[in-house]
Amino acid sequence: MNTNDIRSGIVAAIQDVAPEVDEADLCSDRPLRDQVDLDSMDWLNVIVGFHERFGIDIPEVDYAKLTTLDTIAAYIATRLAPRGA
Amino acid sequence: MADFTMPALGADMETGKVVEWLVRPGDRVKRGEVVAVVETHKGAIDVECFLDGVIENLAPLDVDMPVGAVLATVHGAGGVETAAPAPRASAPAAPPAAAPAPAVPPVPMVGPLVATTRARVSPAARRRAAELKVDADRLSGSGVDGAVVIADVERAMAAGAPAPRATRGGFDPVLMRQAIAAAMARSKREIPHYHLAETLPMRRALDWLRDTNEARPVTERLLPAVLLIKAVALALRDFPELNGWFVDGTYRPSPTAHVGVAISMRGGGLIAPALHDVAAKNLTLLMRELADLVKRSRAGGLRSSEIADPTVTVTNLGDQGVESVFGVIYPPQVALVGFGRIAERPWVDDGRVIALPVVTASLSADHRVSDGHRGARFLARLNETLQQPEAL
Repeated sequence: MNTNDIRSGIVAAIQDVAPEVDEADLCSDRPLRDQVDLDSMDWLNVIVGFHERFGIDIPEVDYAKLTTLDTIAAYIATRLAPRGA
Repeated sequence: MADFTMPALGADMETGKVVEWLVRPGDRVKRGEVVAVVETHKGAIDVECFLDGVIENLAPLDVDMPVGAVLATVHGAGGVETAAPAPRASAPAAPPAAAPAPAVPPVPMVGPLVATTRARVSPAARRRAAELKVDADRLSGSGVDGAVVIADVERAMAAGAPAPRATRGGFDPVLMRQAIAAAMARSKREIPHYHLAETLPMRRALDWLRDTNEARPVTERLLPAVLLIKAVALALRDFPELNGWFVDGTYRPSPTAHVGVAISMRGGGLIAPALHDVAAKNLTLLMRELADLVKRSRAGGLRSSEIADPTVTVTNLGDQGVESVFGVIYPPQVALVGFGRIAERPWVDDGRVIALPVVTASLSADHRVSDGHRGARFLARLNETLQQPEAL
């Protein structure tokens, strides 16, 4: 899975919860939740979406690392890496 | 034989229309079964039947009918049919679906609502509108007395007409805003509110939640909101004057807490459907039900009992970053509990200042039924309940 695949998977998981989001409007290095109206239930559903799309476990202690599109992509890449993706 | 009637889905509903029957004449129905989809200002609602028996005489689709109008008849149910109340034994009042006669809704209706927002539309224009997928009810008419006629529909089509209201899976933001306005205006007009707030330490609850979630896969983790909702329901057990309905000058406490959870719609609007009998359910089940309720509130598929049954409301605006919220009671309920953001604040503990996660809990309650003294005791009880998260 390359960087583009990861990024489009992330955006798709966000759009599952917030269908009004346009990828072009998202700024990669700004906190996602400042840009998209996501309450805690929405955010949990986005994380469940990452879990399902990428097949990775995301411990709750790691939620703090999931802030911007860039940091989320980096985190997911790390979680995928050990399995030789 | 008993009548299955148009339910009152909230204090502000005057009419609704059946947009889909999920049963056929002659089908056997069970109490609690979803039998029809009714379109209201809150979107399309799955309406449950509270009778057992064989259903007949189904009302036509897409016709506006007042609350209490007969939608179908159900017969052959031993004894249940005469039954007026108590289909949901736990509800404080008989749900309208099972009320024997009345064209009168169980709660007083507010102001002119959906009815006046509808244009008069000629049958031919309505058919043409359906063909063209134009919402005739939102056009202004050029016919007699302002009625919408075919020419209006075709002109609107040419000009880029308003699309029809979504049925299942959507809601009309304009109608929803009117419904909110009517309910809240009635609340402010009729209910003498009093407001109280208290800061509650959240360290124990959050520590317990962290430890619990650590052992759970992401799909089964709990949100703090679930703990707060459960704690409210437990604390309410000793405060019947905060949990029930005020109808026609009389207060009827509810033996169980059906907690209306305020859910914001993406793009505006608000709905507060019920989680039923919250005190009796464990947190895992409540979390699953809450997630499902949020999903169906936004995507469609709420059930009539979820709209009609709340006995108290909880609103949680902490996600939006506010410190506290002083809510407006949703009539005919008599109380609303609000939570702000859970955040670390300086806290004096045993003479030392420490950083502690806290949340501001507020109570809006109805002075016709309770006083600030009891309200304050309720908030104290809520605090005690949250300090024992393992017992939630």
